[in-house]
Amino acid sequence: MISLTRRATFSASHYYWNPAWTAEKNEQVFGRCSRRTGHGHNYTLEVTVAGEPDPVTGFVVDLKWLRDVIEREVLAAWDHRHLNLEVPEFAATETAAVIPTTENLAIAAWKRLEPAMQGAGGARLSRVRIYETPEIFAEFRGEL
Amino acid sequence: MKAYFGRRYTISASHRLHAEALSAEANRAVYGKCNNPHGHGHNYVVEVLVGGAVDPETGMVINLTALDEVVRARVTDRFDHSNLNLDPLFVNRVPTTENLCRVIFGLLKGALPVGCLERVRVEETENNFFECEGE
Repeated sequence: MISLTRRATFSASHYYWNPAWTAEKNEQVFGRCSRRTGHGHNYTLEVTVAGEPDPVTGFVVDLKWLRDVIEREVLAAWDHRHLNLEVPEFAATETAAVIPTTENLAIAAWKRLEPAMQGAGGARLSRVRIYETPEIFAEFRGEL
Repeated sequence: MKAYFGRRYTISASHRLHAEALSAEANRAVYGKCNNPHGHGHNYVVEVLVGGAVDPETGMVINLTALDEVVRARVTDRFDHSNLNLDPLFVNRVPTTENLCRVIFGLLKGALPVGCLERVRVEETENNFFECEGE
């Protein structure tokens, strides 16, 4: 089994806010990230796919195909967007929200990418890692 | 759902690799430049990986500020701008980055307010790094 990883970058804005909490609690838990005017990051997305190299091509998966999947499934929806306001999985109601933390971004990217892996010729998605800054990252490996 | 949160910290510290059990010649042969008598330093990068359920209220495995506080109190305040050989944890242990990695894992294990310490990676330079998962 071989793993291959493709990186992509996107830039987006967000804020952290739990609508079920008071403003004071949001500020206490999330600090500066709770400012409702939002702020942004240059994110790096790493998508890792695992499988056996094809005996003819030597590829686990065609990297061009993987690049196009990442572009279509994730970047087209997230790049240069406000995650809270423009991305459906982070839309808030009066009382609940999936907060666009780096952890939740990793899970959401996995959910966007995994259905497309049916076209990966037997390879499977094994890890999604998202860097919010070079020092902060979160990853999801499909574990429940 | 289980996810992982990773955070990278920097420690600048000096060390000298020298095993008391070995002769001067053997130390020189094994450790080379790293055995030079007055030590030398690195900008270490310590990468801490915490696994756990994503809290549905916060969207987090662990709050960054809580993790920062634990790492500051237990690791960076202790080792940053220090001579590793003089730390009590290295009295009978050569401060290789393997051992530093294992020591840091031990200092953090059990100290996190939430989540599980999955892995500590210590990068000594851009070209070498060491990992400990607690086995």
